[in-house]
Amino acid sequence: MRVLAAMSGGVDSAVAAARMAEAGHDVVGVHLALSRNPQSYRSGARGCCTIEDSRDARRAADVIGIPFYVWDLAERFHADVVEDFVSEYAAGRTPNPCLRCNEKVKFSAVLERALALDFDAVATGHYARIVDTPSGRELHRAVDPAKDQSYVLGVLTQAQLKHAFFPLGDTLKTDVRAEAERLGLSVAAKPDSHDICFIADGNTAGFLGKHLGEAPGDIVDAQGNKLGEHKGTHEFTVGQRKGLRIGTPAADGKPRFVLDISPVDRTVTVGSRDELAVSQLTASKPRWCGPAPTDELQVKAQLRAHGEEVAVTARVEGDEVLVTFDQPTSAVAPGQAVVLYDGTRVIGSATIDTVQRVAAAV
Amino acid sequence: MTASERRTVYLDHAATTPMLPAAIEAMTYHLARTGNASSLHGSGRAARRTVEEARETIAEALGAQPSEVIFTSGGTEADNLALKGLWWARLAEDPRRRRILLSGIEHHAVLDPAVWLAQHEQAEIEWLPVDELGRVRPEDVRRAIESDPESVSFVTLMMANNEVGTLQPVREIAAIAQEYGVPVHTDAVQAVGQVPVNFAELGVDAMTVSAHKLGGPYGIGALVVHKETKLTPIAHGGGQERDVRSGTLDAPATAGFAVAVEHAIKHQEDEAHRLTELRDALIDGIVGTVDGAKLSGDPTSRLPGNAHLSFSGCEGDSLLLLLDARGIEVSTGSACNAGVAEPSHVLLAMGYDDQRARGSLRFTLGHTSTRADVDAVLDNIGPVVDRAKSAGLQNVGRKI
Repeated sequence: MRVLAAMSGGVDSAVAAARMAEAGHDVVGVHLALSRNPQSYRSGARGCCTIEDSRDARRAADVIGIPFYVWDLAERFHADVVEDFVSEYAAGRTPNPCLRCNEKVKFSAVLERALALDFDAVATGHYARIVDTPSGRELHRAVDPAKDQSYVLGVLTQAQLKHAFFPLGDTLKTDVRAEAERLGLSVAAKPDSHDICFIADGNTAGFLGKHLGEAPGDIVDAQGNKLGEHKGTHEFTVGQRKGLRIGTPAADGKPRFVLDISPVDRTVTVGSRDELAVSQLTASKPRWCGPAPTDELQVKAQLRAHGEEVAVTARVEGDEVLVTFDQPTSAVAPGQAVVLYDGTRVIGSATIDTVQRVAAAV
Repeated sequence: MTASERRTVYLDHAATTPMLPAAIEAMTYHLARTGNASSLHGSGRAARRTVEEARETIAEALGAQPSEVIFTSGGTEADNLALKGLWWARLAEDPRRRRILLSGIEHHAVLDPAVWLAQHEQAEIEWLPVDELGRVRPEDVRRAIESDPESVSFVTLMMANNEVGTLQPVREIAAIAQEYGVPVHTDAVQAVGQVPVNFAELGVDAMTVSAHKLGGPYGIGALVVHKETKLTPIAHGGGQERDVRSGTLDAPATAGFAVAVEHAIKHQEDEAHRLTELRDALIDGIVGTVDGAKLSGDPTSRLPGNAHLSFSGCEGDSLLLLLDARGIEVSTGSACNAGVAEPSHVLLAMGYDDQRARGSLRFTLGHTSTRADVDAVLDNIGPVVDRAKSAGLQNVGRKI
């Protein structure tokens, strides 16, 4: 098979490419240039998008012995990921750019171009497993629970999965590093990337402030009493506790959390952990890994990257998914994806729109 | 067939061409010997002799005096020395001399020093118009000088364009400039060995040559500078080369360079004839069979080894990847900016739109090229273009 290995310059994608080549595939490494003005060197914990990362990817391809090219996806990435990221925050929501990138860039723009150029599949260093069954391909959680990235791949449809390889899904991260060491890949000890790749200094609030400008407003409690002020609603995420900068403590002395963000009147509503509890959510723009479910599902849901699984009942109504939690849960942020799991298998995902709070229902 | 069993079809001789065996032999012979050409003892004298014999060989082959050959680390350094050296030397004589006349199709080794002089030294760049075939017209140069001759620092114009292969009327332009006492530099990196190049007959003041483009080693070139032309040094040190260029002379490289230049000039006419036939077979074969393929540059007045074509509806990057996978090595001709290919400034200067500029490939033939190389391209280009078309035009329309 002719396989395009997307190589970020990190250890995971390098080992993924090496494994595809070892398996006898005809592999070509491609580094995706996602920024119009890349920084020369890495700083902090970022693992991609600098010239140095591009060079690391090239050196890994040299060692593996595969051709290597750089593809310019900057414009596509900006339009589909960065602008979406900014406009979602502007709307008071909390997006997941990695998920959007997988959906719109890696397994759309890149995959389409790869298929047109005679490739059969795209391989990445994501930690997730693909299982072939008579009825099609399934996406499953990775073996390494700490590294599992099935959540950010939950947007992939059957058509995309058919042309995807995740060679690291059944391996522990520590073994991947050891393998890189064995293969002589210089990225074996390169730190993992954590932050959002297009925010160079890791300062998300600063990045959003630059794009959205200051839009000061009030921080209020559920009853509408003003507790403080803020510089812009984009600095907040539902469920956030730190950085609220409220002078007076709550009457009960307990910590306060962001309950709601309303960019229209620039209001951030805060309350106690109890007030944060959610019984139900609605989500839209569903993406199913296989056929769309028709019956009510008794399954598990994950509500953010590296979040815990919770038991839910999910019902699909046209383009909407209604998710009811068996037990009230907290920290459900509109804009994030709800990814549904049957055991380790990913059923699909949808973007969270509204939440039903337990407290409000009382 | 795996990649290792497949024959490589190398058609990127304008990027670099294989070293001639005789040049390798000459260079390696001297690599095993010790001696700084500036030392006064026997070993030093032996190295000096190697350098001076190489200088004489190169001067003779290029129609220059030995003392006019200044060795440099390559074409880029020679271009920088020519532009900056001429700039400061001319300005020291007359502070009005601030206009640099050049075309938008020059190599970055010429463009960038000129832009640097504009940004840091208040030079005024005056862009000479270029037509759709990549030609600069002598009357435009005359007009530009005539408007205010006293304010011209120098004119620089490449002999042959490295991307589209178009030859420039350097001799005519040098004659015009001479009427006004304006010096002319020409970058002849692509021209030497492909078309006749004679420094004295050209009438230019400075001419850039590079060894690895004509079968010599990497890392050495020369600026041929007329005896009476003054240059201000740009790197200061031992002043080994006419007090204009400093640095220990690379005697082995000069020896390899000399063998290559002598060979290139000696065989230029036969080689030009042979390459022109192969090139025309390549161009005719592609244009005749591939829908939307068009030749760029001057169809007749071009480098014998250059075939530059645009393929409508394709991206050059896609074509390159697909040909590379078939063992055929070519260039898109575009420079890389931060690892990302930008549309060629040469094609944009020739009035190409972004789309045609991005859908271009440069095939350059050289001394090792054969009919089998041309046939390999013709066997593969049809399916490759079809494939690339289906991959579409990813970046078309984006802001540069």
